[in-house]
Formats: sequence, structure tokens, C-alpha cells
Amino acid sequence: MKFPYSFPVTRAFSLYMGQASLLAWETFTSILAGRIRWRLVLRQVVEIGFGSQAVVIVTGVFTGAVFTAQIFFQFNALNMSTAVGPVVSVALFRELGPVLTGLMVAGRVGAAMSAEIGTMKVTEQIDALRALAVNPIDYLVVPRAVAMMISMPLLVGECIFFALSASYFVATRILNVNSVFFLHHMESYTHSKDMVMALTKGFVFAIIVAIVGCQQGLTTRNGAVGVGRSTTDAVVISSLTILMVNFFLTMALNIVFPAGTARY
Amino acid sequence: MSPTQGNLIEVRGLRQAFGGQEILRGVDIDIPRGKTLVLLGQSGGGKSVFLRHLIGLIKPLAGSIRVDGEEIAGLDERELEPVRRKIGMLFQDGALFDSMTVYENVSFPLRERGLRDEKVIRRKVEESLELVSLSGQESKMPANLSGGMRKRAALARVIISEPSCILYDEPTAGLDPIVSDTINRLIRRLQSHLHVTSIVVTHDMISTNHIADRVALLRSGTIHFEGTLSELHGSSDPIIRDFIEGRSHEID
Repeated sequence: MKFPYSFPVTRAFSLYMGQASLLAWETFTSILAGRIRWRLVLRQVVEIGFGSQAVVIVTGVFTGAVFTAQIFFQFNALNMSTAVGPVVSVALFRELGPVLTGLMVAGRVGAAMSAEIGTMKVTEQIDALRALAVNPIDYLVVPRAVAMMISMPLLVGECIFFALSASYFVATRILNVNSVFFLHHMESYTHSKDMVMALTKGFVFAIIVAIVGCQQGLTTRNGAVGVGRSTTDAVVISSLTILMVNFFLTMALNIVFPAGTARY
Repeated sequence: MSPTQGNLIEVRGLRQAFGGQEILRGVDIDIPRGKTLVLLGQSGGGKSVFLRHLIGLIKPLAGSIRVDGEEIAGLDERELEPVRRKIGMLFQDGALFDSMTVYENVSFPLRERGLRDEKVIRRKVEESLELVSLSGQESKMPANLSGGMRKRAALARVIISEPSCILYDEPTAGLDPIVSDTINRLIRRLQSHLHVTSIVVTHDMISTNHIADRVALLRSGTIHFEGTLSELHGSSDPIIRDFIEGRSHEID
């Protein structure tokens, strides 16, 4: 059927999906073949993981704080203020923690990957790598992808930890929720499967950010203007993909790890 | 085979097009081992595109490229790696890695080929930098080098892995006559001392006269002329004369 393919948008989407899938395939083939430069991975872990901590902590703290306040204002009217803890906790583990971390890292790291690789592309540095018999996927994409897969679950955990700490502080010190009930209910309704869900989502989002960022960089053309466009596209595409994939992941993971009830 | 016998590269019927525009329309050329071939042609005439085919940076639409007897036109990136270890390429702007110092750039090919002995690496880097007259510039970043220094540092990065063939993309473009002469002498020295096969893309006739063993003229996507330097200068072909004498037929 020719009709859908004749639309430029459909064609561009098909081309993009083809390129991204091919890059993902080649990256995982290289990883499985053991072509990992651990020195470069370590450098990327420092750049991505260590360098993103401030952004992730601030995001976690204020999301936890504001979410706690909003939930409290609604629940307090129903005399359910001690239920604030479990609602905030489960929401942070299952959705907010991984998604917000993914979006923040997409903005910071995805853009940086695309800009760096894109600049290398337009200044012939990628061709120089190839001419020196060095595969650009092994040298540029694999270390970034592996570093993201290591860093993202840790960043998600860090985001949730600081969000819950902020939530506890706001609920018990500002909104006068009983701290014993808050913690008890939070602990009762939060299960290890919620944590597994958070880390799984973090891992998947890491792959999305790395592949989209690197793919945008590797296909950059037209000099400085092209680098700017690739960087913007990397952030937009990876953020939208994270939001879309998150829905399907939630549905799929809810079958494997169904939302739990209280452990009393 | 002796390093100066036979052809290192044989190209037959090479065709390439971008965006519907045909750039190469069937290039046939042999590149003799151990010699310097200068490829002349107008700007935008496809010289650099041709050069990139020889190291597999661009896949041909049609035609055959044989390097050291091996057909490379259909090889993928990983299969091309052994071929690329034999051939070095000097890019027009050097293409140094801008996040690395000169030392890191020049030592890069050695480290990528598994050399770990820092003493050996340092000695080889110093030798290569000395060969291009860049001793003492090891700790500089590419952004802090002049155009000529960047090109020489890039050349040091190419020669450190001792390739049997070097492709030069406009090696003297944008350089002053003194630095251009340094590069020309270096190309000549690599050819005479190490028997490196060189393919130089340029439109610089001074450079051509200095370094060429053979000359080819690429015009309208095909090889219009191929021969020795004296055959080029002795030619009465108006197209060749116009090119040598830098004459345009546009009305003032």
C-alpha cells in the first residue's frame, strides 16, 4: 500500500525508526561482543551519572514536596492525611521518579550527546575515526549507552530517595501529619516490586536517551545550524518517546508486578 | 611484492551521485605503488569524494575499487578496518579530535591498536611530531593551533601508524607559501624515505610541480588526463592549458 508512505512525515518517521533501530541493534551487538572500552565508560559515568546528580536531586526534592502538599490538601478534607505517605511513595516509585529523572536526563545528557557527536560529525572527526580504523559506534555510542544503563537506575533511586525525604519533611514538619503513621503506612504500601518497576523503567529510559541522542548526533548535517537542530530534536524526541513508552511499560509491568495492597 | 612495484589501488568505472546530481561518472585510474599521484580538478568537481571512496568512507553507486588486490567496494565498516590500517588520510581541516591534546591525538592510533607501553608511545609521538616540525606542542589543544599546525599535527597522527598509503585532501589549502612548502617537502620525504604511496587532491599547481610523480585531471566526473608531470606541461589540450595557467573563459 503506497498511500501512507507518500506522506513526507510518514517517510521521515519510517526513516528515523529504521536508523534508530539499526543503531540500537549495532550497539547491542557490540556490547554483547564485548567491544566495551571501560575507560570511556567510566568517563561517561562521571559525566552522566555524577554530573546529573544536582539536577536529579533538585527535581526529586521539589516534586516530592509539592506532590505531598497537593495530596495532603485533598486528603486532609477527607480526614485521610496519613494516607499521604503511601500515595506519594507508590506514585514516586512507579511513575514520577523514573519519568521525571528520564526527562531531566534527556534534557541534560541527551542534548550533550547529540551536540558533541554532531559537532564531531560536521567537523569530519567521525570520518577521521573511521579512517583510523576505529568504529564510531564502538568508540562513541557503546560507552555512552553502557554508562547510561549503569547511571540511570542509580539516578532514579537517588531522585526517589530525595523526593521521599522531602515528602516526609513537608508532611510531618510543615503540614503536621503524624510521622509514625506517615512512615508506617508508607512502608506498608510500598513493595520491592515497586522498586523493581522504578529501576526497570530507568534502565529502559537510559537506552532511549542514549540511542536517540547518539542517533541525532551521528546524522547531523549542515554545520552549526545542523548541530543546533539535532540537539533540540534529541531532547524533544527522547522526552516524547519516554512519555509514550512509559505508558506501555506501565501496562506491561503491571501484569508482571501488579500494584500491591497493604502488608498488615 | 616490492614496495615500489605494481599498482596499490585500481579503480574501475567508479560512479557516485548525491541528490540526483552525478559527481563521478565512471572513473578509471591506477595508482602505482610507492609513487605520488596528484589529482587535479576544479573545486566541487568530486576530487574529495573520489578520495573518500578509496578508504571506504563513501560507498560507490557502481564500479570497482581494489586496494592491494582486495575489492573494497562491497565491504562493511568492520571488514574495511584492515584496509584502513594500511591507508591513512589527511583531512582538509585536519579533523583533529578537539577534546584531546596534540599528544593524545597523535598517540590515538597507537592506543587503539593495543599499544600500552607509555615509553614507546611517547617516543613514537615525539618522533612523529619532530618529523612535522611540531616538537614541544604536545600539550596544546587543537583550538590553540594555527591552521598549518593543525594540519601538521593531523599528519603526525597519520604517519605514526606507518601506513603504506596516505591520502591527502587539499594539504596546502589555506596555508601560507612557507608552510605549504614544509608540507610538500614532507610528502616528498615520506615517499622517498618510506616508499609511501601518496594520493594528493589539490588545485595548487606549485604543490603539484613539487611533489607529483604522476598527475591526473578529474573533469566532469571522469579522468580527463593522466600522465607524468612533463606530459601535463607539454600537453596542448586547451582544458589542461587553462587549468595549468589558471585561465577562465568567463566574460569580465
